[in-house]
Amino acid sequence: MLGGVGLLFLALPIAGLLGRVPWSRLGEILASEVVVDALVLSIVSSVWATAIALVLGLPLAWLLARAEFPGKPLVRGLVLLPLVLPPVVAGTALLFALGRRGLLGEPVADATGLVLPFSMGGVVLAATFVAMPFLVITVEGALRSMDPGHEAAARSLGARPWTVLRRVTLPMIAPSIAAGLLLTWARAFGEFGATITFAGNLQGRTQTLPLAVFVALERDRDVAVAISLLMVVVSLGVLVALRDRWLRT
Amino acid sequence: MTGLAAHLRLRRDPGFVLDLELTVQPGSTVALLGPNGAGKSTAVAALAGIVAIDAGRITLDGRVLDEPGSGTFVPPEDRRIGVVFQDRFLFPHLSVADNVAFGLRSRGVDRDEARTRAEAWLDRLGLPGLADRPPADLSGGQAQRVALARALVTDPDALLLDEPLAALDVSARADLRRLLAEHLGGFDGPRLLITHDPTEAFLLADEVHVVEEGALTQQGTPDEIRLRPRTPYAADLAGINLVRGTADGAVVVAGDHRLQIADDTHAGPVLATIHPTAVSVHADRPSGSPRNAWRTTVDRVERLGGRVRLLTGSPLPLTVEITASSADELGLVPGAAVWLAVKATEIRVRPDTEG
Repeated sequence: MLGGVGLLFLALPIAGLLGRVPWSRLGEILASEVVVDALVLSIVSSVWATAIALVLGLPLAWLLARAEFPGKPLVRGLVLLPLVLPPVVAGTALLFALGRRGLLGEPVADATGLVLPFSMGGVVLAATFVAMPFLVITVEGALRSMDPGHEAAARSLGARPWTVLRRVTLPMIAPSIAAGLLLTWARAFGEFGATITFAGNLQGRTQTLPLAVFVALERDRDVAVAISLLMVVVSLGVLVALRDRWLRT
Repeated sequence: MTGLAAHLRLRRDPGFVLDLELTVQPGSTVALLGPNGAGKSTAVAALAGIVAIDAGRITLDGRVLDEPGSGTFVPPEDRRIGVVFQDRFLFPHLSVADNVAFGLRSRGVDRDEARTRAEAWLDRLGLPGLADRPPADLSGGQAQRVALARALVTDPDALLLDEPLAALDVSARADLRRLLAEHLGGFDGPRLLITHDPTEAFLLADEVHVVEEGALTQQGTPDEIRLRPRTPYAADLAGINLVRGTADGAVVVAGDHRLQIADDTHAGPVLATIHPTAVSVHADRPSGSPRNAWRTTVDRVERLGGRVRLLTGSPLPLTVEITASSADELGLVPGAAVWLAVKATEIRVRPDTEG
């Protein structure tokens, strides 16, 4: 009963959206340069963010699950912080760290000329920052709940720690890694606040789909609804397709 | 010095200390027999290198594997000790053949040769045709065979079997026990069997070490343990009663109780054993001439097919076995008052000396 109410609660806004779709103009809107630019940027930047989260997040998850070090509760808190922080705060923090005048951003910009804000790099960075915790907590949980016996067995069979990680640990937690990647991608794809704060809102460079919706809401509601529908379709398609393949229960 | 020699000392919280010395000669099987929580698993983990010992020394064929005193610690992958775990820990994402080939592949054997050798072991252990199946498809007995093949295929210098039959149902257990008996003989390194099951220890081992609360309490051949248990636990395993007392002529004093015995040559501390079937149970004071008769209560009644096993109370708690029909005739239920009688000639007595 309550489950039904829950489902209704989740489905209602989608229904509201569908009721407003400008079907006659839909093709024209979706083919417009603004929408195509934003779609390409959203897909490319969210995939990049997911890839970076994987490369950086896996070792971090391993450290949190397996290593003992001082200040571990603080580290875990830091990892979870982007989950609870308003994205606009995350974007502000990124700006003061990596912006043109930021803590690390200024020396980097002076030395290499590389400026992250108002570039696609900034979009990727903002998305990675807010989305990576999903990968870390999912993988950390999987590592913790894995029986260490399999790894002990592998070592007793002559496998070095690196081989154990590659041939036993990672394959055994692969479903959780996949689930983490999916959540991370979904969060990155929908990212808005940190992106607009840190990377700005330049069509073709930093304007992702959510940003395009935000702009369109003020100018042309039909465009906003059309882009929203596009995001719903892409997100739902990816989640449904990959969830069934990756998250076998 | 060949074989496995270990003095294991390690502390496990809370307040548990394992302090165990054991040697296993090449080609012989030693069973570490003890109740749950005796420290057997800790011993396995220490020997396999999964945990480090706090003090002592582990050597295998003269090679020092762990010696905190000299700062030596050989990691598990370099010990060449094959381990068969109670929970098996087959790799769920690899096929049966890849599980068995895992150790060979880890040691650099090429894919084809590893596969051939893995399949040869699977055949030898009676598992043909399962090579490409995932472990999830196997029965408990089959999975345990795969675990055994996986350990043996790497030709280790020693073999540890940690409760290899504990997770199996009764019929699979008998099958696998036979298989183990057959294949342990073909492995010429030292073999250590960890178990809480006396049948397993007595049937498979050349020598049994009884471990209780982290320490060795008795060691000997299966027959020695069975016929001359030194602790109540070991006696219970062998299914006989053990009474620790002091001999004074033809009497053994055990607590408040005086047992008449036939042999009057002992003096001082003795261990007396009484077989459960040597005790008779009566509703009233038995007539005739049993030298030992006393009143007690029945604490527990267990039916084992046509026989009934009773646990009786003070002054001398014993396990008694009688036929189901006489138990019914006596109307035995927990709490019933009965008379017990034992002939003096049925009590075996030996001096209680260490070793």
